[in-house]
Amino acid sequence: MRDNAKPKRVSPFVSVWELTRVRLLETIREPEAVFWVFVFPVLLALALGIAFRNRPPDLARVAVLAGAHGAESLAKALTAPDEIAVQVLDRTAASRSLHIGKVDLVVDVEQQDPPEASGPLNHVTYAYDPTRPEGRAARLLADRALQKSFGRADVITAEDHVITEPGDRYIDFLIPGLIGMNLMGSGMWGVGYAMVNARNRKLLKRFVATPMRRSHFLLSFILSRLVYLVPEVAVLIAFGWLAFGVGVQGSVTGLAVVAMTGAMTFAALGLLVGARTDSFEVASGWMNFVMLPMWLASGSFFSYERFPAITHPFIKALPLTAVNDALRAIMTDGRSVFSVWPQMAVMILWCVLPFVLALRVFKWR
Amino acid sequence: MNVALKARGLVKRYEDVVAVDGLDLEIMAGECFGVLGPNGAGKTTTVEIIEGLNKPDAGTVEILGRHWRRENERFLREKVGVALQETRLSDKLTVFETVRLFRSFFTEGMSATEVVALVGLTEKIGARVGKLSGGQKQRLALACALVGNPEVLFLDEPTTGLDPQARLHVWEIIESIRKRGCTVLLTTHYMEEAARLCDRVVILDHGKVIAQGTPAALIASLNADQVIEFRASQALDETNLAKVDGVTAVTRRDGAHVLTSKAIAATLPSLLETIGRHGATLTTLSTHQATLEDVFVHLTGRGLRDA
Repeated sequence: MRDNAKPKRVSPFVSVWELTRVRLLETIREPEAVFWVFVFPVLLALALGIAFRNRPPDLARVAVLAGAHGAESLAKALTAPDEIAVQVLDRTAASRSLHIGKVDLVVDVEQQDPPEASGPLNHVTYAYDPTRPEGRAARLLADRALQKSFGRADVITAEDHVITEPGDRYIDFLIPGLIGMNLMGSGMWGVGYAMVNARNRKLLKRFVATPMRRSHFLLSFILSRLVYLVPEVAVLIAFGWLAFGVGVQGSVTGLAVVAMTGAMTFAALGLLVGARTDSFEVASGWMNFVMLPMWLASGSFFSYERFPAITHPFIKALPLTAVNDALRAIMTDGRSVFSVWPQMAVMILWCVLPFVLALRVFKWR
Repeated sequence: MNVALKARGLVKRYEDVVAVDGLDLEIMAGECFGVLGPNGAGKTTTVEIIEGLNKPDAGTVEILGRHWRRENERFLREKVGVALQETRLSDKLTVFETVRLFRSFFTEGMSATEVVALVGLTEKIGARVGKLSGGQKQRLALACALVGNPEVLFLDEPTTGLDPQARLHVWEIIESIRKRGCTVLLTTHYMEEAARLCDRVVILDHGKVIAQGTPAALIASLNADQVIEFRASQALDETNLAKVDGVTAVTRRDGAHVLTSKAIAATLPSLLETIGRHGATLTTLSTHQATLEDVFVHLTGRGLRDA
């Protein structure tokens, strides 16, 4: 078709920009994608951070039987701030509370030896469940407090050296693991699923029927991953910092390098999963096949040290393990990006091989 | 006139069928050329081979004097506009964003706003693709095919599934594109679409060309002005029907008798008399002007849409 108007020339690189822009718009306009990528990891971090937060040591909850010999003074004698919380209960309430775990220990002074109510206190009965650690601890604490207040002296002096290292909490372990898991999820789905979707909708075929350069199309996926990487990682780090005081001990640049490499690794794996099929079922099956073992084994939620030592070399060869370990080394241990070169090597290998393979088998039509 | 497109001896086999069986085409520059046939006739396979999206097992395709080869790929892609039979463009993007994306693939072409106006979607330019009607989506697909200012335009069933109003709108757009000198190849199984838009048509069946020419010439080849379709209480012998006054051909379609006639005024009384003479009674009868559809029925004994 020939227009009288002068045709407008467009630089070929505009298509890279347009393709990338369109990718970004499509993602941001998909409310579910935004939820799973940005909101869900934060909710997960919040829930797990609260569930496994380090609380101040629990007080031993002790009940003293009401009406018993000197119950009030006994309660006073037992009370030790930071260690024991005492309440006076009648026999029924006490045994019920013990039964449902509302108290850890019931102190009974009814039976004196000899059994006379007026004599000095010389016998107590402790009722508790020895299978519960709280019960045993309450027994020891209450007995110590009681003996001490009735005049027992310590034979040796003891000093407490209290250790609560920052960075040793579960949330410090969890945040890098969630970042790694999020990089995996959004890389695999963001690239793999999008490819299958475009093929299924015959969009790939439609694009191939234009002068679009295929390299531009693939490049747009890499660029849009790099763009989304920033908020994906930043949201989790900011949340960890604001809500739980999880800091980045190492350099932010090092963290960025690891996150970028990890994102490219999972984008390449996603590309491979979405290289040929136009069926969402087939693609989902492969996604789960690739991701499920890593969710379980790669130490996102709990350390892979719990698995037998013989499995460790295999677990460490998985890309998500490499990402998680490298992120923790930088965020928690403050190590440099150069010190995690074995993990970087694993990531790069898992990036290059799937990418080359994906390009070889990729189906455009 | 220059030849815009030439296809020679195209063959495409799939596992159990021969989709295209030795097909030749030649389309002149500025021509609107129709490929007709029922579903499964090989229309889509044929255009996709011509579009360079499907590799033939044999045969050659030449567009604007160039073959589909690696070194010609970019040149041809710049000159050719394509609307596939089924492309679901992204629902999340607006009309403008979609057209601008396609525009960015071409070095030269119309602006996105221009082409959106050309297909009559200016009012919908900011609307999400997911909110468009079927006809509007089809016009958007047309816009994406036109945005590179193509010299040759391929439209695979551009109006399938559209209501009559939406179809008319697409026809008007195609007519306006033709006025700009663009060569158009379209496939369709709507005969009235081919008759209205196309200078020449080929009719495909089982991957082969069974007839070609201008729509008028093909209809004239029936040697008939009118087509009579009727059912009777009992089937009638075709040799007897052929003797009815003015009848030029006799076929059957879905159990109905189909006669073509040059002289409807003489044929009808003669037909009624023949039916009565054979002890049958007429159950239904209809007549219409001969169309391309009748050409297909005449050639294959099947209807286009029920084949």
